[in-house]
Amino acid sequence: MSIKTYAQAIKDVIAEEMRRDDRVFIMGEDIAEQGGIFGCTRGLIDEFGPDRVRNTPISESAFCGAGLGAACAGMRPIVELMYMDFTLVAMDQIINQIAKTRYIFGGKAVIPLVIRGQQGVGRGNAATHSQSMEAIFMHFPGLKVAMPSDASDAAGLLRTAIRDDNPVMFFEHKALYTSKCEVDDSPDFTVPFGKARILREGKDITLIATHTYVQKSLNVADKLAAEGISAEVIDPRTLVPMDWDTMTSSVAKTGRAVVVHEAHRTAGAGAEIAAELSERAFKYLDSPILRLEQRRARFLSISVLKMPWYLRNRISTTPAKKLFTERDAAVLAEVNQIDT
Amino acid sequence: MAGTKGVRLDRDKALQIYETMNDIRCFEEKALSLFEANKLRGSVHLCIGEEAIPATVCSFLDDSDYIASTHRGHGHCIAKGAGLDRAMAELMGKATGYCKGKGGSMHIADLERGNLGANAIVGGGVPIAVGAALASKMMHADLAEQGKMPVAVSFFGDGASNQGVVHESMNLASVWKLPVIFVCENNGYGISVPQWQSTSVKDISVRGAAYDMPHATADGNKVPDIFKAVSKAVDRARHGEGPTLLEFKTYRWLGHWTGDPCVYRTREEVEEWKKRCPIKFMRSYMTEKGFASDKELDEIEARAAAAADHAAEFALSSPEPDPALVLEDVFN
Ligand SMILES: Cc1ncc(C[n+]2csc(CCOP(=O)(O)OP(=O)(O)O)c2C)c(N)n1
Ligand SMILES: [Mg+2]
Repeated sequence: MSIKTYAQAIKDVIAEEMRRDDRVFIMGEDIAEQGGIFGCTRGLIDEFGPDRVRNTPISESAFCGAGLGAACAGMRPIVELMYMDFTLVAMDQIINQIAKTRYIFGGKAVIPLVIRGQQGVGRGNAATHSQSMEAIFMHFPGLKVAMPSDASDAAGLLRTAIRDDNPVMFFEHKALYTSKCEVDDSPDFTVPFGKARILREGKDITLIATHTYVQKSLNVADKLAAEGISAEVIDPRTLVPMDWDTMTSSVAKTGRAVVVHEAHRTAGAGAEIAAELSERAFKYLDSPILRLEQRRARFLSISVLKMPWYLRNRISTTPAKKLFTERDAAVLAEVNQIDT
Repeated sequence: MAGTKGVRLDRDKALQIYETMNDIRCFEEKALSLFEANKLRGSVHLCIGEEAIPATVCSFLDDSDYIASTHRGHGHCIAKGAGLDRAMAELMGKATGYCKGKGGSMHIADLERGNLGANAIVGGGVPIAVGAALASKMMHADLAEQGKMPVAVSFFGDGASNQGVVHESMNLASVWKLPVIFVCENNGYGISVPQWQSTSVKDISVRGAAYDMPHATADGNKVPDIFKAVSKAVDRARHGEGPTLLEFKTYRWLGHWTGDPCVYRTREEVEEWKKRCPIKFMRSYMTEKGFASDKELDEIEARAAAAADHAAEFALSSPEPDPALVLEDVFN
C-alpha cells in the first residue's frame, strides 16, 4: 500500500503492465518526452523507448483505428487521447469499427484495446475540452466503459482494462489527477468491472455518483447525517458492465435515489440508471428517482461560471419535487448544495 | 472585396501591416501578464513570433471575406479587424467580449468581420472555411470575372496538417474550385512533437500536389515574402480559379500554452529564432525602403502598447456575464 495521486496510479499501472507483457504499448499525442499533457506517461519513454511509447501525429481517427488494427493483429494497445472530447474526431473508428469488429467478425477477433484519457470540467478549459462523454459509449454495444473516481480505482480498473480482451473506454477526470489515496501496490491488484462500490452505507436515501461527484456525495452524506438522515453512497465504477444488483438492493432498502453526475441530464448515464432502477425496484420506491446534472449548455470556459454554479437549483425546480415529503425536501436542500 | 491585382507592398500597406503586427504582439504580451497575474484563465495559446502571417494575410481581406482560425487565434482575430478591447474581454470571459464571454481564448469569433472563430479542435476550422468559400462561390460567382469574389482563408498549423479532415477539405476545395487559401503556419511543433516525428514531408506545401492545387512555401517571418505568395493566391481565388496551399515557416517564441515548460526544445533554438523577429525584420525593411521614419515607427509601437493597456483596463473593468443568462444562446 502507498499513498498516490490518481495520475501516478495510472502511470504506475501502465508501466507495470508494459513490463509484464511485451504486447502492451501506448500511443498518443505528446506522450513521449512530454509525458502526456496531464503527466500520465511521464518518464515511460526512458524505460520503454519510442517504439512502445509512441508519439502520434494529431490524427485521432488514424491512431484509434490503428489501435484496433494492432489489437486484432496481436498487440495490446493503450491509446491515450489528450481529451476524451477528441473521441468525436475519431467517432467512426470507435463506434463503427472498434465497437463492432468482434461482433461482425462472428466473434473471431480479440480486441484488447484501451482508449483512455481525461474529461470534464475543472481547469477553465473551453467548451470543447470539458465535456462528459461517457453516455455515448454506453449506448452502443461493444465497448466497456470505466470511470474511476479515486486513485485506487484508477489503478485497479485500469489494470483490469489492460488485461481485458475487449475494447475499453477508460474515462479519467482532469480534476481528480492530483487527488490522493491509498493504493494497493501489488502487481496483480485489480478492481473487477461491473462491481459497484458502496462508499457509505445508509438507509434513507441512495446517492449514486460518478467521478468528482462521488466525493461530493460523501460530503453531502456527512451533512445529512448531522440532520439524522442516513444516505448510502454508491459509485458504479463501470457503466458497462453496470452493477444493477448492488444499486437495486440499495434502492430497495432506502426507497429513494438521486443520481448525480457532471454530464447532461437528457440521455445521460443518470437517465439510464433512473430508468433501469425504476423498472427493477418500482415496488420499493417512495418517490421518483431524480437526476442531478449539468444544465443544457457548456459555458464553462471561464470566470463567472465557476463549478459551483452549474448544478445548482436543479432539483428544487423539478416538477417531481412535489411528490416529495417534507423530510425529503430537507434531503434535497442538502443535495442541491452539492457543488458549493 | 478589394481586387488584388496590382496590390503592392507600398508605404501604406506596409504601415498597416506593421501596425497590426505590433497590435498583436502587445496584445499577446498583455494577455500573458494577465494570465500570470491570475486574472485570465483557461488554455491560452499565444502567437508571439508568428505575427507576420496573420497581419500580412489579412491585409488582403475585408469584412466580406472569411477566415477560420485555430486555437492560436488571437492574432488572426485582431488582424481580421477585431478591436483589442472586446477581444481581451472575451479572453477573460467578460460580458463585453465578442462572444459575451462564452467562447474564451480558444473560441473567440467575430462574425461581423468574417471571422468564423478560433477553434479548439485541431483541424476543426478547415472544412468550415471551405464551406464559407462554397457559399461565396454559390452566391457571388458573377464577381469572379472582375476578380472580386469573396474568399476564405483557412489557417492551420503543421500539426493540424495531419488531420484527415484537413486532407478531405483540401480535396473538396480543389474538386469544387473554391476560393480558399489554405495557410499552414508551420512553427515546427505540435505542442511537444517536432515536425519530423509527425509529418511525412519537410515542406507541407507539397501536399497541395496531391490535390492538384498550386502550392508554395515561404519564410513566415518576412512580410514581403508572405505578401508575394498571398497576393497570387488571393488573386487566383477571387478570379474563381480555385484554392492554393501556402506554407509559412515560423516559430512560436513562448510555450505551446501559458505555463508550458518547453522541455522539448533548447534555449539556443529559441534564441536563434528570436534573432529572426518578424517585427524587427519589418522595421528595418521599412526603414531601408524609406517607407517610414524611426519616429513614425516608434509611434506605431507606442500606440499598440497603449491600446493593449487600454484593452486590459477595459476587460478588467467589464462586468462578468450574468449567470441567469447561462442557458441563453443554445437555440435561436
Ligand atoms: C482534435 C484535437 N486533437 C488534439 C488537440 C490538442 N492540441 C491542441 S493544440 C495541439 C497542437 C497543434 O499543433 P499545430 O497544428 O502545429 O498548431 P500550433 O499549436 O503549433 O500553432 C494539440 C495536439 C486538440 N485541441 N484537438
Ligand atoms: Mg505547430
